[in-house]
Amino acid sequence: MSTLHVPTLAQMTAEGKAPEVLFWVGCAGSFDDRAKKITKAFAKILQHVGVSFAVLGTEEGCTGDPAKRAGNEFLFQMQAMMNIQVLNGYEVKHIVTTCPHCFNTLKNEYPELGGNYTVEHHSQFLNGLLKAGRLKIEGGQFRGKKITFHDPCYLGRANGEYEAPRELLEKLDVELREMRRCKQNGLCCGAGGAQMFKEAEKGTAEINHVRADEALETKAEIVVAGCPFCNTMLTDGVKNREKEAEVQVLDLAEMIALAEEL
Amino acid sequence: MSILPQLVFAAVLVAAIWRFSKKARTIARNIHLGKAQNRRDNPSARRANMLRVAFGQSKMQARPVAGVLHFIVYTAFLIINIEVLEIIVDGLFGTHRFFAPVLGSAYPFIIGFFEILAVLTVVAVVIFWWRRNVAKLDRFHKPEMKGWAFTDANNILYIEVALMFALLNMNAVESLLSGGHEAFIISSRIAPLWSGLSEGALHLLERGFWWVHIVGILAFLNYLPYSKHFHIILAFPNTYYANLKAKGQFENNAAVTKEVALMMDPNADPFAAPDADAEAPVERFGAKDATDLSWINIMNAYTCTECGRCTSECPANLTGKKLSPRKIMMDTRDRIEEIGQNMDANGETFKEDGKSLLGHYITPEEIWACTSCNACVQACPVDIDPLNIIMKLRNYATMEESSAPSELNAMMTNVENNGAPWPFSQMDRANWTSE
Repeated sequence: MSTLHVPTLAQMTAEGKAPEVLFWVGCAGSFDDRAKKITKAFAKILQHVGVSFAVLGTEEGCTGDPAKRAGNEFLFQMQAMMNIQVLNGYEVKHIVTTCPHCFNTLKNEYPELGGNYTVEHHSQFLNGLLKAGRLKIEGGQFRGKKITFHDPCYLGRANGEYEAPRELLEKLDVELREMRRCKQNGLCCGAGGAQMFKEAEKGTAEINHVRADEALETKAEIVVAGCPFCNTMLTDGVKNREKEAEVQVLDLAEMIALAEEL
Repeated sequence: MSILPQLVFAAVLVAAIWRFSKKARTIARNIHLGKAQNRRDNPSARRANMLRVAFGQSKMQARPVAGVLHFIVYTAFLIINIEVLEIIVDGLFGTHRFFAPVLGSAYPFIIGFFEILAVLTVVAVVIFWWRRNVAKLDRFHKPEMKGWAFTDANNILYIEVALMFALLNMNAVESLLSGGHEAFIISSRIAPLWSGLSEGALHLLERGFWWVHIVGILAFLNYLPYSKHFHIILAFPNTYYANLKAKGQFENNAAVTKEVALMMDPNADPFAAPDADAEAPVERFGAKDATDLSWINIMNAYTCTECGRCTSECPANLTGKKLSPRKIMMDTRDRIEEIGQNMDANGETFKEDGKSLLGHYITPEEIWACTSCNACVQACPVDIDPLNIIMKLRNYATMEESSAPSELNAMMTNVENNGAPWPFSQMDRANWTSE
């Protein structure tokens, strides 16, 4: 139990301060026990680097992504309008999020509804800090480790970002082993399009099991993801092969936080 | 010399073009049964995309074997059509190899180049046939590829070989008739096949191959609208009007925006009289039938060449689910064709047939298996977007029918009640900071 002292935007505004960036935590990052570790790791990195940031806390609500992908445009737009009112009320300009689904929705689907912000996935934001010389990453405990990176669909194909996460991993001096299907041909973990919240249709295999097998084929010791949902799906897939003792599934933020011993 | 062959040729040519354009107009009409969608922005980026993807075949090369073979057939098609121009001139004016004297010594080189392409085409087509019929590549043997889809694919290969065979043999006989004067690089080598024949027979044979070649081409032209091979035309507009935005950006439904804005406006009068233009029939949310889709969705369907790259990359299909993005496109085309034929038979008005795209062609099981991962969109060599259709069908299922899977309804209830897909209180959102 340790308190992170992350201010909410309401608190900061009350003190007459404005943060450099708003950390959009997302539903998984707020409520899912596994994803909360990613949230904390990212917050620790931001604090370590000295980035002034805030969260919306209780004022944050689902972006509406799963509702829109489930076909409920109405609910999506209700969520979007509520969030946009909050964000615009605080005059938010810059958002960073550890969830590619939130990232995609905030970046691409909010502008038409009146929400215009610079939105970055945490891999992009951290890469920016790295290039600006604010974040220094040493290989630490991951030097020479065999790792593979799973491209989240909503970061990769959906938004064309394949390099930012890989550039961060390079700094950790890991041995990056690409899966057979990677980057624009990457295979989905099976969670997107609101699949996370329902049973899969009848088939011959589970998508996350197939993807985890592809990751295991690389003989990687760590499977790195950049999405809380991919993380859950791949963790489950690794367990399916009873490899959880040998192979870890980690988020990019966790890798950096661990390497820096934060 | 009799003018009869010229008249016959002119008649065949006019009939072929007339019939093709009639069918093409029907397809254009069917495409415009779809809803309006403006994709005229940014013409220079659109032209560049068309040049790169359709003309330059950039996305075909993601799979190098098929990519290279297809490039050969495509190049041959584009270039050999120059020879078709000569055939048409000869046919109409009764000339013989009109370009030979015009081009002089360059002529045998050009024809020789065409012949090399023709041979490469035959080689490529044989490999294509082998992949489809002997090696039985998985993506060519999915359930939706039974029947006409399979026959059609082979028909195209047979027609292409027949056309190349006629072209090469026409030139071969020509080299015999000219006593080796008109000898081209490939055909002169197959000329000995016909060397025992009399001059009269050779003349007849040369004309025969000439007619087979050109009538074959015109027949092929008229076969296109019934075939996946129509992509040779539609690939160009389809890539021009492709989605150039981020693939993750799903369309915003403006009708919903209006309603949501009204709901969130504290000053809105819920009992206000509807606008004057509210007389118009209420549009349904999303798509139930093919005519609820946009014209671009329908053009996508007519452009699909059923190669199955989308399906072979689809995570749902890879794990044995019923969803196949290719089938979504084929179903959309079959349904709009059915609607078009219905209109043709009923004086341009659609007579209700009790069918719809969602339900009679595409099942809910298929649309709910999609992970919206965009692999199908990425894989398509001609920028078709099956995901956009799937999402419109989901819009209809969820917003009009409330028929989403029950777990999704539970998820949406949570989002509505507590702003998260799980039943956790919004008040607990920042608990992680002190855990």
